[in-house]
Amino acid sequence: MGGVFKRDLALAFRQKAELVQPLMFLVMVVTLFPLGVGPGPVTLQLIGPGVIWIAAILSSLMGMERLFRDDFADGSLEQLQLSGLPLYAVAAMKVLCHWLVTFIPLLILSPLLAMFLNLTVDMYIALVITLLLGTPLLSLVGAIAVGLTVGLQRGGVLLALLLIPVFIPLLIFATSAVDAAALQLPYRAQIAIIGAMLLIAMALAPAAIAYSLKVSQN
Amino acid sequence: MWKWLHPYAKPERAYQLCNTLLPWFALPAVVCLVVGTMWGLAYAPQDYQQGDSFRIIYIHVPSAMLSMSTYVAMAIAALVGMVWQWRTAYMAMIAMAPVGAVMTFIALLTGAAWGKPMWGAWWVWDARLTSELILLFLYFGVIALYSAFEDKQQAGKAAGVMALVGVVNIPIIHYSVEWWNTLHQGSTITKFDKPSIATEMLWPLLLNIFGFALFIALVTTMRLKNEIIRREMHRPWVQMLVKQKETNDAV
Repeated sequence: MGGVFKRDLALAFRQKAELVQPLMFLVMVVTLFPLGVGPGPVTLQLIGPGVIWIAAILSSLMGMERLFRDDFADGSLEQLQLSGLPLYAVAAMKVLCHWLVTFIPLLILSPLLAMFLNLTVDMYIALVITLLLGTPLLSLVGAIAVGLTVGLQRGGVLLALLLIPVFIPLLIFATSAVDAAALQLPYRAQIAIIGAMLLIAMALAPAAIAYSLKVSQN
Repeated sequence: MWKWLHPYAKPERAYQLCNTLLPWFALPAVVCLVVGTMWGLAYAPQDYQQGDSFRIIYIHVPSAMLSMSTYVAMAIAALVGMVWQWRTAYMAMIAMAPVGAVMTFIALLTGAAWGKPMWGAWWVWDARLTSELILLFLYFGVIALYSAFEDKQQAGKAAGVMALVGVVNIPIIHYSVEWWNTLHQGSTITKFDKPSIATEMLWPLLLNIFGFALFIALVTTMRLKNEIIRREMHRPWVQMLVKQKETNDAV
């Protein structure tokens, strides 16, 4: 189990371009908004949380395929299935690794993004909490859809089509938490709901990922 | 009960069941829809506030209600397929998907037509409207995933997983948009104070809901029949069927 984790981590760090590209995409999407809607600090503060979250979702969709694609293509996924390890545990490891290499850099970048969009300190704290709780949810639920589409030739757009409607509640709760923080209101309720969704996903998603991988292997 | 149900996992038996059920759906559906719609549109009394424009309720409410029930039925079919490995359950699921999508679309369209005279806007980001729109996206996702696979057996399984993920998400979506909406804008604009409906208005509505449900069942059975025939094209029983049809037509 630890071996799977180490191998995934090592593979991820040897393909640095694939790690960095979604992040660059994220920063560029965020840059587009001040240029598109005007650089007024008040406007930016108003749309900021939404922009950062939308950019995070879009960039995660870009890098999501990496989760199983290479392992599927070179057959190592099949080997893992035959190895006798429980598939849901393997899936959980892969998701954990994906979260670490995709979203930790995003969290490190987040002060920069917050500064770009003129967020206050309170808003930034709320943003980091929602990102910490919400991004694992993106990885977990996303992995189900990646598992389903991994055998397809052109899965990219389809992946976005499947996942965007599923991510909408997360976006709503996360941005409303940050908005509440901007008004100095308590936002524990939203955080609690995101946490609850994360717990449900942690319980159910690994089994669903394992099943979807089996479907893809046929 | 399971002994009684299990034979229908076989496509041939399911096909026969469809044939038996079809007339039972078709006739009542037509009767309910014709009577309900005529009654609702022409004879039911006017609403004291909304005048005649409330009459779109007779299309809007049934389609909106059934768009959601169809999704749930689809997810149940997917679950049945997954648990008992019934191929026909996946076929039923995919037979329902476009029907449900069309119902959702009708609900959105008639809702927009109703919203224009009442709220003064075709579209507002109200909780109900938004969750219905997301429901449409979920239907699209299931259909798109199904059509992306060459092997339809595999496609059914994959689309089934997605339908189940969607059904878990539907209550969350529902509450999230309700929250989001009340946080962002006052409820005065979109709050739709529904007066408890008068009996003369209620009867045609119930008839139409029933009619819509039967109509969906009818279209689903017809699509299921087609799906079974398409998948089992090379099986002897289908070829027998075709031969029988040919000889009947010749006579």
